[in-house]
Amino acid sequence: MVKRRTVLLGGAATAGALVIGWGVMPPRQRLHPSDPLPQTSGQAALNGWVKVGADNTVTVMMAKSEMGQGAHTGLAAILAEELDADWAQVRLEMTPIDDIYNNLATVVDGLPFHPDNDGSMKAVAGWLTAKTMREVGVMMTGGSSSIKDLWLPMREAGAHARAMLIRAAAAQWGVQATECTANAGWVEHTAGQRATFGELAALAAQQPMPGKVTLKEPAQFKLIGKPLTRIEAPSKLDGTAVFGIDANPPGLLHASLVMCPTRGGKVARFDAAAAQKLPGVKHVLDVAPYHGGTGGVAVIADTPWHAKKAAAAVTVEWDHGPAATLSSDTVMARLAQALDQAKGFGYHSAGDVDAAMQGAATTITADYRAPYLAHAALEPINCTVQFKDGAATVWTSTQVPGLARRAAAKALGIDDEKVTLHQLLLGGGFGRRLEADYVAQAAAIAKVAGGAPVQTLWSREQDTQHDFYRPACMARFKAGFDAQGQLVAWHNVSVGQAIVPQVLVRTFGLAGAGPDKTTSEGAFDQPYEWPHARIAHEIVDLPLPVGFWRSVGHSHQAFFKESFVDEAAAAAKQDPVAFRAALLQKHPRHLKVLQKAAELADWGKPLAPGAAGEKRARGVALHQSFGSIVAQVAEVSVGADKAIRVHRVVCVVDCGAAINPNLIAQQMESGVVFGLTAALYGEITLKDGQVQQSNFHDVPLLRMADCPRVETHIIDSAEPPEGVGEPGVPPIAPAVANALFALTGQRLRALPLKLA
Amino acid sequence: MPTTLRVNGKAISVNAEPDTPLLWVLRGELHMNGTKFGCGMALCGACTVHLNGEPVRACITPLSAVGDADVTTIEGLQGPEATALRTAWTVLDVAQCGYCQSGQLMSACALLKKTPKPSDADIDAAMGGNACRCGTYPRIRAAIHQAAEGRG
Repeated sequence: MVKRRTVLLGGAATAGALVIGWGVMPPRQRLHPSDPLPQTSGQAALNGWVKVGADNTVTVMMAKSEMGQGAHTGLAAILAEELDADWAQVRLEMTPIDDIYNNLATVVDGLPFHPDNDGSMKAVAGWLTAKTMREVGVMMTGGSSSIKDLWLPMREAGAHARAMLIRAAAAQWGVQATECTANAGWVEHTAGQRATFGELAALAAQQPMPGKVTLKEPAQFKLIGKPLTRIEAPSKLDGTAVFGIDANPPGLLHASLVMCPTRGGKVARFDAAAAQKLPGVKHVLDVAPYHGGTGGVAVIADTPWHAKKAAAAVTVEWDHGPAATLSSDTVMARLAQALDQAKGFGYHSAGDVDAAMQGAATTITADYRAPYLAHAALEPINCTVQFKDGAATVWTSTQVPGLARRAAAKALGIDDEKVTLHQLLLGGGFGRRLEADYVAQAAAIAKVAGGAPVQTLWSREQDTQHDFYRPACMARFKAGFDAQGQLVAWHNVSVGQAIVPQVLVRTFGLAGAGPDKTTSEGAFDQPYEWPHARIAHEIVDLPLPVGFWRSVGHSHQAFFKESFVDEAAAAAKQDPVAFRAALLQKHPRHLKVLQKAAELADWGKPLAPGAAGEKRARGVALHQSFGSIVAQVAEVSVGADKAIRVHRVVCVVDCGAAINPNLIAQQMESGVVFGLTAALYGEITLKDGQVQQSNFHDVPLLRMADCPRVETHIIDSAEPPEGVGEPGVPPIAPAVANALFALTGQRLRALPLKLA
Repeated sequence: MPTTLRVNGKAISVNAEPDTPLLWVLRGELHMNGTKFGCGMALCGACTVHLNGEPVRACITPLSAVGDADVTTIEGLQGPEATALRTAWTVLDVAQCGYCQSGQLMSACALLKKTPKPSDADIDAAMGGNACRCGTYPRIRAAIHQAAEGRG
């Protein structure tokens, strides 16, 4: 791991002083954007990541969206640490769109290599991908990558800016820079002179670029590793936080839609005569399906309520499109057929699995399945666009600002540079806002509004029925044991739709793709030391748009894999923790996480029954995703009505260096609740291409009364930081399913979990 | 046909028709955007406001039903309970994406005004209508208890 990162990130050693030579990572690559940052009066941009104001504010530039995952707080702390700023003087501002802000970590992580593979192929592929993505990549918040992606660039930027402030002070005082230090927003000279960053800002901006900077050692950290509270939190408690839906440019009009009930369908013809007569209506128009979205008729009116009422008065004949005959039964039949026939693309193999199975004393097999899922972010899909004098302004909540800008530009028939995009807070993203369908749609709608800004807002029902769903998936497992009951062979094939080829077509217009790692992630890239193994996935093409859903392939593959590991432990008559531990002898980090979770959950000790005398049981799951290792132990009981109740979840995570333990714990809690909603309730079904669910009555979310206690423990680590936004999600479904097996003897092999 | 509303202690004249949900009067006409749209069917609680101190879902409350009631939104939420809740919310760092938090605070404040020392069951009942997709429930529960203790 260390070796790989050294190659990829140009000198990212794990601990100790990090001296980054600019020869290794030239500053022009990620330090300075092609255009200078916008600066208000008194502000001095010291590089593309930080501005210091004469008013002594330090404005840290955010290249990542804030959608609840806490990236803004973590990234600001990383830069402020190396700058030696005072946390109280730190402000945030979104960066413009520029190549230096492109996400490199996610594309490198997207390569289909096993984490244990430290081979030269992987290193070269990773290096080339990172280099390429610097030029042609995209700004993106996703894949639990924000900290990982910017951990070094933002530290370097902070250290660089600090060096310039020190040089400014030295020049002003006529002393040596080496005699000056920075501390909590001040530069100080050994002789006692001192000046605030604000006083030095203008002069600092004129200093030459330092040749190299020395980053702090972990022991020197004052902000990194501390449980800082969320920086934007106060605005979320008094109604002043501005989400996408809160964009409010003067003269704002509102658009409501009637969308084809079939996902991906479009308008054949429509009659808007009745709608046109209703109060406040300005325009009615046919809107094509953009970027894999669905077509419909939009009504623009003076208020949101007028638009909504008028949209309901439009009558439409639909062209239902390619998904018109798709129903859940046919999807599952197609997947089952593929499972029977497919050998699949092999993502991982070890030893000779066929021979080992033939020689096995006993074998077990099982099939698993998972349904489509909706993202259900609480802020419904919306986007505000103003198109005036050949240029556009977009206000929206997005995980991909550059792609969103391009989508708007294309829909309006103008150059990207003619679009200014304002990124607002996201009322949840979870992968839904990696898509640009709604931005293109809102641009097409605003195009007819005669220069007025228009906010296009979907109903909750439209948000549910025109999503890019987590793919349904099926998997078949076979495990072989020797005469002593030891597991010797592991075979796993899964089948389902692939996301990346769809994204390439709808977002980039590129057909064809190689293997899509996201289909098999969570199955093939896990640490278990199977002596003989083959893990494969077969892509099944179906005309339903699928997308990235928090933890992506891991969201279902972890359920399959960790449930079947539990089945294997039971077949081998071994304790589930001990069985896993025996397969992790060369993976000390994973073993430690597993054993810590077992210890904190009192694994193996009797569990007291609940208040009403109901029996409880524990289940365990261990899973690695987005670089982080998480083990969860769930305590469950079953009510008289077979309702599954999860009381307590112990969650242990090794995410490398913990930038902010408070926000990491928040994300673990968040992952557990998000994953539990899917495990207990989540299921999107189709009939004739139409999604059968619509609002929170049939897309239930976990509520307060059903929420378990979540106890998070973070393993101390000096390894580079890894993801935290998603890794809490995958283990909870199998942990609960395994607990239900322990409690009832029923092995549940389908999501959502339902007891017979 | 303007209607007069009392919002956060101020009389405000609005032009919306009587069937317009209070949510869209607040957001669409008064540009008070702290109250959030989530579902439109009183299923998620993001739009929770107080009418004469009682929590209601603004998305299904037509303007005609408001009458001369005192409307309180997150922008105007004040008093000892609100202060204690905001403090606890901050200390325990409850919010994540934050979209549901206006509604959560409105419901929590109404609970504390009626039940100064709520039990877990009281919290389950009072907060059951407020969904959070980020999963802030454990911290909301802890923050309500802490606010109740803090004022004790």
